[in-house]
Amino acid sequence: MTEPATSPPMSGTRPEPVISMRSGTATLGARPVLRGVDLTVHRGEVVALLGANGSGKSTAVRSVIGQVPLTGGTVELFGTPLRRFRRWARVGYVPQRTTASGGVPATIHEVVSSGRLSRTRLRPPGKADRAAVDRAIALVGLADRARDSVDALSGGQHQRVLIARALAAEPELLIMDEPMAGVDLASQEILATTLREQVAAGTTVLLVLHELGPLEPLIDRAVVLRDGCVTHDGPPPEAVGQHALPGHDHVHPHAASEPVRTGLLT
Amino acid sequence: MEFLSPPFMQRALIAAVLVGITAPAIGIYLVQRRQALMGDGIGHIAMTGVGLGFLMSANPVWMATLVAVAGSVVMELIRWYGRTRGDIALAMLFYGGMAGGVMLINLSDTGSNANLTSYLFGSLSTVSEEDVTTIAVLAAFVILVTVGLRRQLFAVSQDEEFARVTGLPVRALNLLVAVTAAVTVTVAMRVVGLLLVSALMVVPVAAAQQIARSFKVTFALSVVLGTAVTLAGTVTSYYQDVPPGATIVLLAIAAFVALTALATPLARRKARSRAPEPAECTLEVPAARPGSEDTRV
Repeated sequence: MTEPATSPPMSGTRPEPVISMRSGTATLGARPVLRGVDLTVHRGEVVALLGANGSGKSTAVRSVIGQVPLTGGTVELFGTPLRRFRRWARVGYVPQRTTASGGVPATIHEVVSSGRLSRTRLRPPGKADRAAVDRAIALVGLADRARDSVDALSGGQHQRVLIARALAAEPELLIMDEPMAGVDLASQEILATTLREQVAAGTTVLLVLHELGPLEPLIDRAVVLRDGCVTHDGPPPEAVGQHALPGHDHVHPHAASEPVRTGLLT
Repeated sequence: MEFLSPPFMQRALIAAVLVGITAPAIGIYLVQRRQALMGDGIGHIAMTGVGLGFLMSANPVWMATLVAVAGSVVMELIRWYGRTRGDIALAMLFYGGMAGGVMLINLSDTGSNANLTSYLFGSLSTVSEEDVTTIAVLAAFVILVTVGLRRQLFAVSQDEEFARVTGLPVRALNLLVAVTAAVTVTVAMRVVGLLLVSALMVVPVAAAQQIARSFKVTFALSVVLGTAVTLAGTVTSYYQDVPPGATIVLLAIAAFVALTALATPLARRKARSRAPEPAECTLEVPAARPGSEDTRV
């Protein structure tokens, strides 16, 4: 550890950013998806990345963790350039998925345990590792179903499993790509509670959202993307209704010259 | 137990057990990654290795291993770099491997069509002392990888993108799966034959997952099933003079059908024994949130 992990943010001097993307550009195929995105997340912050389908928000988080290579610009995690960043146990990632299952049956416990591999790597898990896995499953309210197959779960429960898997490593930074997509109301509440506890414990969160929804009270700052550019970086947009959200305008393609975004690329 | 006395049967049974363990052990990861037919592709490529073995008068099992490993590495590289036309490239590799094998065997002096058939469909009487040693060494490698790295291979096969963010060496593990699958193909080649190898990697796993809920149980059950059908098939082919590979695969499919038929009533009973969930609606209707209706598009 080179930096004190528990030091409170000093007034005046901001702590080093946990995520720092500088003029990030990325292309999918020939199409530019990010056109110079600046994204900074400080320790303890909860930042929502908002935008319409195809605005580049998914690509932005996926380039933060190295899943999409940047064609220009830089990314640093915990002050280390992404290329040299190795301490993945500090990062919990929830990919955009509708299911946690693979081609073979697996229990909730088995799937969540795989999230602990960022700490255990090639050694077998010890007592502390097993306890962390159990804790992560309990956090999302699935303790009584830990030995059940993930195939038997609802969409919202799948999402809870994916989040428990990210929490199993006890990360300092949570990166979540649309964690509320296709999640029933009951699971949304549980997810919001889980997240609130994590934030209260000091976890930094970057999450992609299509709309603020039940997580709104947690969010410190919103970054709104549109066509691969940052159009807003500041307090979360006032949510009068869903239409008040910048970036929600994809519902009404107003300019005929603007190509219709299908959302297939994010 | 008369079938235990001839030495060729002893060798065949040892080979059968090793195949029964290793094929489902690596096959489960392929099924998990939804690449169930990868073993089939490697089997095709291994043909060229067998052909090379005959042509160069080298041990066909070792040559098949070398070529199958090289082919599986190329397949994995295609998966990384050539996502768009990957299926076409794989098709070239499969059929090229098959055609190359037939061609090379025909060119060689020692290879004959009968020889070729024994590699394509398996033949117990031709499993030599040397083959058994080779198979045992290769099987030890497969078991070491599939059991020793089960947590890591599970994570990579379950969700590759997530596994990369845990910092696991995903590319190396993917290569290891491919190489291990290639080695398993050559282990199984003498018993079930190159054309039916993939069945033994996939069918026991498919059968086991009909009644299992966890990865661990699926793994154990598919290895037990694999060993049972390879042993039963080998013994059957000794008494009935039927081809061992075909017998083994048909037995595996029979096991799949039986377990599938068994699975439905079993699941029903399990559901009943679990905390009784009322069949009628008891959930409260969530109160409509103000402002949520009028904004809907």
